Amino acid sequence: MTATVQRLVTPTAPAATANAAVFALPKPASRPRSWQKTLGQIAANVIPPLVVIALALIIWEILCSTPGASLPAPSRVWTDAAELIYSPFFDYGQGDIGLGLRVLTSLQRVAIGFGIAALVGVTVGAVIGQSIWAMRGLDPIFQILRTVPPLAWLPLSLAAFMDSGPSAIFVIFITSVWPVLINTAVGVRNIPQDYRNVALILRLNQFEFFFKIMIPAAAPYIFTGLRIGVGLSWLAIVAAEMLTGGVGIGFFIWDAWNSSRLSDIIVALAYIGVVGFILDRLVAAIGAFVTRGTSAN
Amino acid sequence: MTYLRIDNVDKHFDRGGVRSEVLKGISIDIARGEVISIIGHSGCGKSTLLNLIAGLTEVSSGGIMLEGNEVNGPGPERAVVFQNHSLLPWLTVYENVNLAVAKVFGRSKTGAQRHEWIMQNLDLVQMSHAKDKRPTEISGGMKQRVGIARALAMQPKILLLDEPFGALDALTRAHLQDAVMDIQKKLGNTMIMITHDVDEAVLLSDRIVMMTNGPSARIGEILDVPLERPRQRLDLAADRTYLKCREAVLKFLYERHRFVEAA
Repeated sequence: MTATVQRLVTPTAPAATANAAVFALPKPASRPRSWQKTLGQIAANVIPPLVVIALALIIWEILCSTPGASLPAPSRVWTDAAELIYSPFFDYGQGDIGLGLRVLTSLQRVAIGFGIAALVGVTVGAVIGQSIWAMRGLDPIFQILRTVPPLAWLPLSLAAFMDSGPSAIFVIFITSVWPVLINTAVGVRNIPQDYRNVALILRLNQFEFFFKIMIPAAAPYIFTGLRIGVGLSWLAIVAAEMLTGGVGIGFFIWDAWNSSRLSDIIVALAYIGVVGFILDRLVAAIGAFVTRGTSAN
Repeated sequence: MTYLRIDNVDKHFDRGGVRSEVLKGISIDIARGEVISIIGHSGCGKSTLLNLIAGLTEVSSGGIMLEGNEVNGPGPERAVVFQNHSLLPWLTVYENVNLAVAKVFGRSKTGAQRHEWIMQNLDLVQMSHAKDKRPTEISGGMKQRVGIARALAMQPKILLLDEPFGALDALTRAHLQDAVMDIQKKLGNTMIMITHDVDEAVLLSDRIVMMTNGPSARIGEILDVPLERPRQRLDLAADRTYLKCREAVLKFLYERHRFVEAA
């Protein structure tokens, strides 16, 4: 605020005094203050979680450093699995690869499964949202299907696809499609009649209505669904990979358990958590960008 | 000389086996370039009548003809200015108008001509300065101006305004009324406007259609407003014809057709 006031004053004042350089002086004074402010804000957001994490690590260390402890303490995890932590992308061949690479293979499956789920969910959801009878008929079925846990689909999909790769992708799809579908349908149903009237008066055809009115109007709902969906698909991939094998992060955990590498499991859990968090924030950020304007109304 | 003919229109809604009569025996002929106000208490079916003309609702019996063609669905030749502007919030002012222009003139005008036409209409409502703003960034009066620009950009045969200034404060409303009078003078649009405001009706219209209370609302009376155009708000304040028209509408609304439930 002070900077703008100064700038407003300077052009008029020199006209009388005929020297402008003197008036520019107070400007830099306000800059460090705003710098300090942003630094302070960052600190206010970063320091509390760091303190909590440090405390948790200390408690964990104390609890697990007794001789008969069944789980490794943080210090033990570091000595056991340091390479996994600081070198995520090593590749020693024969499936001995870093966790970063494993996460990438899992993410690739999620991308395919969730991508299909997003496409199908939005399209089918839009159709269902348009028709009150389709909504009434299908909604109870969806509400039941969406509560089926991801792993419960796995035997069926293994039987159907007879291959672990497509089965895992199918499990991701079937887990994450419901929230996308249901949210899209609700969003489409909640499109204000005014927007529909605008479309009617302009005689927009179905195709134009879908892309120009329906999708943008329902976008906040769609992104809520996508955000829930991406979280669920990340849940599903780990579970599915534990059973289907391969190179993913889920299988890594199962493999580590079978060879009693508990420290590796703990590192993998941290990886999964962080990646899931990033996925969630990524979809939320895309949603915030796409729906700017819409949600503000 | 009839441009729009509304011929003995009835409208009823059936819900759960119960029929509610909204409009009964509505007939009126409107000439080209005429400005008509429809006034009446809330619930008298004014908006239903406008929706019938717009084609957003179907008539139960009777017919509506525009230039000899029966109205049987909505279309850009009967553009509507909605009460709450109905701009699409994810589009800028320019894009909102462009949505209409691209659809209506997508084949008949080139890209440059369409741009020209959009800017011309935004100029007409004095909104070209805000063309890149989104509806959430401009005031209520500005949104309504853009709504009017969008409707005008469809080059409608008839402009339908559904309580266009109802949600605005008195000062903004006066500005917009002047803007609409100005545009009407320039373009000679045929307009039908719904309003609650007696002054607005007298100031803007050539004829005022006064509706009786529902259910089964009818046209109670049609009042001619024999005031010269252009009309100046300030000059009219003490004009005898103006005051007489005003009194006639007030008497109709508050003496002969008092709104019973509100009492």
